[in-house]
Amino acid sequence: MTGMMPETQAAVAPTAAPDGGVSVVEAMELGLQPSVKPRGMLRRGWEVFAENKLALVSLGVIVFIILFCFIGPLIYKTNQVSTNLSQILCHPSAAHLLGCDPLGYDELGRIMVGGQTSLEVGCAAAFVSVVIGMVYGAISGYIGGPVDSFLMRVVDAGLSIPSIMVLIVLSVIFHPNRLTMIFIIAAFYWLGVARLVRGETLTLRTREYVQAVKVLGGTGWRAVLRHILPNAIGTIIVQGTFAVADSILILAGLGFLGFGVQFPSTDWGSILSNGLQYLQSSQNYWWLIYPAGLIIIVTCIAFNFVGDALRDAFETRLQRR
Amino acid sequence: MVTGYLIRRILQAIVVTFFVTLITLALIHLVPGGPVAALLGQKANGPELAYYNRIYGFNRPFIIQYFKWVWAMMHGNFGYSIKNNISVAAEVGLYLPKTLVLVGLGLVVSLIFGIPLGVYQAVKRYTVGDYALTGVSFLGYATPTFFIGFLLIEWFSLDLHIFPSEAPQGSTVGQILSQPRALVLPVFCYAFVAYALWSRYMRSSVMDNLVQDYVRTARAKGASERRVLWGHVFRNSLITIVTLLGLSIPVLVAGAIFVEVVFNYPGMGLEFFNAATSVDLATLMGFTVITTFATIAGNLLADVAYAVLDPRVRYS
Repeated sequence: MTGMMPETQAAVAPTAAPDGGVSVVEAMELGLQPSVKPRGMLRRGWEVFAENKLALVSLGVIVFIILFCFIGPLIYKTNQVSTNLSQILCHPSAAHLLGCDPLGYDELGRIMVGGQTSLEVGCAAAFVSVVIGMVYGAISGYIGGPVDSFLMRVVDAGLSIPSIMVLIVLSVIFHPNRLTMIFIIAAFYWLGVARLVRGETLTLRTREYVQAVKVLGGTGWRAVLRHILPNAIGTIIVQGTFAVADSILILAGLGFLGFGVQFPSTDWGSILSNGLQYLQSSQNYWWLIYPAGLIIIVTCIAFNFVGDALRDAFETRLQRR
Repeated sequence: MVTGYLIRRILQAIVVTFFVTLITLALIHLVPGGPVAALLGQKANGPELAYYNRIYGFNRPFIIQYFKWVWAMMHGNFGYSIKNNISVAAEVGLYLPKTLVLVGLGLVVSLIFGIPLGVYQAVKRYTVGDYALTGVSFLGYATPTFFIGFLLIEWFSLDLHIFPSEAPQGSTVGQILSQPRALVLPVFCYAFVAYALWSRYMRSSVMDNLVQDYVRTARAKGASERRVLWGHVFRNSLITIVTLLGLSIPVLVAGAIFVEVVFNYPGMGLEFFNAATSVDLATLMGFTVITTFATIAGNLLADVAYAVLDPRVRYS
């Protein structure tokens, strides 16, 4: 099959120097001093990342959306505090680029404000779950034995309860606002991170440099914090990127069910589901539906592309070590 | 060899079940003021709370409550929904079959498309067709399920008038199945979300398998490309999908809740949503526990199926 060829070549390529000379890896195998100074890990990671044009575009999109949501309201000034009954459902015009929503809020301004909630909750929930999952997984994997079994069965149990059901129950129990939403989403999302980091830790703790910490009298904490976690950082960052997209989607879904952030706060999902109520009306209120829907899709796809590229970047770093 | 693995795995599942029930009961006690306060509302006074706490046994120590609850569940008693005046077990009997129709049909449709297209993408990787299909599955992942549902209603019901906008209504499975036209949109919506999952996994699984040594061996002994792909690679990749089916129950449940709410499909997901809006804790708790048991069973079945299909797992 001809389709096979590029793959095999790509797998061999990293060891061969592009100029046809002796590569760094070969030089080291031959006992020669590497002629070029090895570049830093971040530098090499960035080079691989930058080769991926799709990822660069996605990164640009994410930066643009963040600026749009947080700097946008300073340029495109709208009244998002009080309703304006004279402007209910007004059509897009020069004064209101994307028209108005059923309460007379400017729709474009609403999307900016809602985006602040979506992005803030998404990033914060991702951060909290990654930090908790990281520490939990590393401790579980490093200690091992019965403690590991116990901690992992707890994770299994958490993962067995369908997350959406827990999310709904938690939203019923706690009054949902931005802060509680962060912890409600993180309350189950950290489980997956913990399992991944634990797997990574299991392979890392058998490495010589981790064993050496013990021999030299270092504590377990030092081994985990200074040696295992920094080496698992690739997995952790990649997972964090996906977590942002997932959290935005979860928040949107809960917003649709009515268990998300409550009025007057809003997020992209709540804006979208409010707009969808006007789907069946005789008039075409496209500006209530498609802009909010599109920005959710674009943001989530962008975060996923960046996550994929980051995974490639970190894996390549390991290959070239 | 298999029995040893099986016993270990079943023991694990039992331990997980123990933790799950513990977590669920603890969750109900997190309700501000306790579960009885949620039932009686904000105007309930002290004596009323105390009275109903005693009736429902919420004044007993947590551990006693836990064992009584588990004991009742072992006898098929999953609680009683006061809001609906029906036992949770009866509710499940009423709504689960209809949800299974939706999920079953959705799964079949998504697998019929997802598996062959995933294989196609892996074989023709990095071509226009592959990129286009990757785009489709990314859309399936990144679009909120409820938005897909509403778009389907907008296009196929309101604009084109091909299918009704509401799911079939009725109390029995027979009534649901007797309205196939109304079933199309909910099933398609559900299948689209699941399709994104299968095709992505199938693509990466086939791609992983194509570079394995056994493929090179098969080619070396002169097997045709067709035979290599369908006789060797496909069968091994299918193992991944079998395991994935068992592991993806939480995702499938989430899909069912959103699709049922959007299309007003009379199943467990819609009932769960209604229970959440009316704070019907018995139904919320009962449905959560039952779905969780199904997930644990699914994970167990997936692992067993994996061990049966792939002998390498048993020895490690």
